[in-house]
Amino acid sequence: MSQITLSHSEEHHEAHGHHHETFLSKYVFSQDHKMIAKQFLITGIIMGVFAMFLSVLFRLQLGWPDKDFPILETFLGKWAEGGRIKPEFFLSLVTIHGTIMVFFVLTAGLSGTFSNLLIPYQLGARDMASPFMNMLSYWFFLTACVIMIGSFFVESGPAAAGWTIYPPLSAVPTAISGSGLGMTLWLTSMTLFIASQVLGGINYISTVLNMRTKGMDFWKMPLTIWAFFLTAITGLLSFPVLVSAVVLLIFDRSFGTSFYLSDLVVQGQILPNEGGSPILFEHLFWFLGHPEVYIVLMPALGLTSEVISTNSRKPIFGYHAMVYSLIGITVLSFIVWGHHMFVTGMNPFLGGVFMITTLIIAVPSAVKSFNYLATLWRGNIRFTPAMMFAIGMVSFFISGGLTGIYLGNSSLDINLHDTYFVVAHFHLVMGSASIFGMLCGVYHWYPKMFGRLMDERLGYLHFWVTFIGAYLVFFPMHFMGIDGVPRRYYAFTEFPFMAKWLTVNTFITWAAIFAALGQVAFLVNFFGSIRWGKKAPQNPWGSNTLEWTTPVKHIHGNWPGEIPTVHRWPYDYSKPGHEEDFIPQTVPFSATMSSNLPHDFEGNPEAERLQKEWEVQNKPEEQKDLKG
Amino acid sequence: MLAMVQNTENKEDLSTLKARKFSLWLGMIGMFMMFAALSSGFIVYTEGAAGRGIKTILPTAFLYSTLLLMVSSLTMHLAYRASRQLRFSLQKVWLLLTIALGVGFFFMQFHAWGILISRGVVFINNNASQSFIYIFTGMHLLHIFAGLLVLIRALVGVLRHIPQSRNIFRMETAAIFWHFLDILWIYIYVFLLLNQ
Repeated sequence: MSQITLSHSEEHHEAHGHHHETFLSKYVFSQDHKMIAKQFLITGIIMGVFAMFLSVLFRLQLGWPDKDFPILETFLGKWAEGGRIKPEFFLSLVTIHGTIMVFFVLTAGLSGTFSNLLIPYQLGARDMASPFMNMLSYWFFLTACVIMIGSFFVESGPAAAGWTIYPPLSAVPTAISGSGLGMTLWLTSMTLFIASQVLGGINYISTVLNMRTKGMDFWKMPLTIWAFFLTAITGLLSFPVLVSAVVLLIFDRSFGTSFYLSDLVVQGQILPNEGGSPILFEHLFWFLGHPEVYIVLMPALGLTSEVISTNSRKPIFGYHAMVYSLIGITVLSFIVWGHHMFVTGMNPFLGGVFMITTLIIAVPSAVKSFNYLATLWRGNIRFTPAMMFAIGMVSFFISGGLTGIYLGNSSLDINLHDTYFVVAHFHLVMGSASIFGMLCGVYHWYPKMFGRLMDERLGYLHFWVTFIGAYLVFFPMHFMGIDGVPRRYYAFTEFPFMAKWLTVNTFITWAAIFAALGQVAFLVNFFGSIRWGKKAPQNPWGSNTLEWTTPVKHIHGNWPGEIPTVHRWPYDYSKPGHEEDFIPQTVPFSATMSSNLPHDFEGNPEAERLQKEWEVQNKPEEQKDLKG
Repeated sequence: MLAMVQNTENKEDLSTLKARKFSLWLGMIGMFMMFAALSSGFIVYTEGAAGRGIKTILPTAFLYSTLLLMVSSLTMHLAYRASRQLRFSLQKVWLLLTIALGVGFFFMQFHAWGILISRGVVFINNNASQSFIYIFTGMHLLHIFAGLLVLIRALVGVLRHIPQSRNIFRMETAAIFWHFLDILWIYIYVFLLLNQ
């Protein structure tokens, strides 16, 4: 029997042409989901560090607007003449920081890494539906990254119209130096990025729907998979809309059409474009843009659900409610985009409709928050670094989510729009929460990716510095925003009413530098542990899901023999009557007679009868108690 | 025992093919969303102010191109049926005819653009509703180009005598995609007709 199984797996390798792997086919042009996940993760980390560095640069300007830093001129050249960052370059820094963080780190780095790693693993599939498309997805992504960073090396500088690239600023190359070649490169990069995301997303959906192992029905899928699945659907429906918006923008920029442009005088010259509507772009952009923030957030919600349940040694509270609230967020995310446009002269009635749909999102979000807290409640909590980051995510999700209720009000938004209140809100609820979800995933699944464990003490150091740092950076911004300090301004020195916020800005900059330095602990830990980390056992966290049944050493096709069959849901932690505090999904109910509960059998009369017979034989006293 | 192992192996292959075909459907949903966005963009723009709109009668060339594409859908279906019945020479003929009709559609669209331009309905236009005609037809034409590549791939497959299961798979995906492009064009044409 074992011999046959072996020869079978051998056959399988040959069938997929991966028997003799070269360096190129294994590490570079890999079609294996595990390797592609690592490629996405490492590229995402590099992009994240780059974008974080940009944020420190513009924080320097905001913290000390009157001070020269000669060292900046050394490596930024004409963009920081005399050691002071130029206003145009400041806008570029803000733009590219936002673009890279939202799209390259928290969309591709997060979804790309963990969807690729976990969808085949947790569903019991040999690989993705189309490994080739998967590889293509990564290479489109990498090309997009290279072009985006490359835009720093063109003479007119990178794009500077904000990550939302609103026309006319982005559409008129003469308007600002960043709208020249830099903007063209931005658009090229994003087009490739969208291609990457759509290819990846199609693969994720198709794999989830078609390649689940035997027994893995929808209600036995881990919440991670639900989150990736719904994220991919959201992406598939929204990214093509951005393509349309960008195509029209490209024609406006380079061919002279007037989709978005009208009545413009740029630097004393009247432009020929007439009749266009910049609001049209905002509609198209935010039809993607709002679902995008859930594309960023939902994978983080999925990862933390899994980690919190595992490390609380308790079943996730309200599994079905968690799934339905994810579905609710997915659906609602498509009908709220107008809340970004309350002050564009929108019909107040329409604004009211968007306000209501926006506020309804608080319901599924609150369901999720309370379910997290209820899962933690009286759990046998193990504070691993992954668990710390997961709890940190819950904290940011709540503190950032609360301010969303204020911003969602169309009347309050008149005051708060484009102030630091918005910056504080989305950096907490979508920025920090998502990056904490991602880091939580990295710490938790690192043994699965690299076969080694990360250092715990460095992990705790990283957590506390980042957690405290993030709050110190973003919390004061709420107060600046309420006072009316606008975002994206180069300096606040010219406005008397903002003068009192200068010291706060200096404080925030110090906090940002502190938090940025904390990431060194992560980088050392991440790259060092690949080589020097402790060897990981097969199932280091005592987890139920299928990925921990695969061998520590990666093999093509994931499982050496047959794919395991799934018998139960993934959250049987601390089940009363079972000697261990976890029961993997592969364990049939017949092997856990002492802990089975009536609802486990989903109304199967045969199983119920067997269970009853067993109980009469083995627990006669309980039976008597029941009768008595 | 061996037979059973073989069987599971085949099952895994089969589910991969099924998943790939499903991916095509998902891709078509993505493409549809792109055109849905353009349609809503067109409506928002055109309703935005008086004086906007297509303001011309669409050239009959678009009607001819519609007919070409519909006939090509029919020949595509015949090619697919021939491939299922193992009549490979017939499959090749129908497939070639489909490709020819597709190329014909391509040129008919260019011809229609020529007619529009001669009427002064140009792409670079301060009435962007008229520019939208070119965006719709141009984006669709890009998809037709991709569709032609898929058809040629299927043709190369049958010329090279690839195994029948793969031949059928290629034909099936090509047919689904080609019919989709046909339906997409009819949608665009009707949408533009209703707004002319």
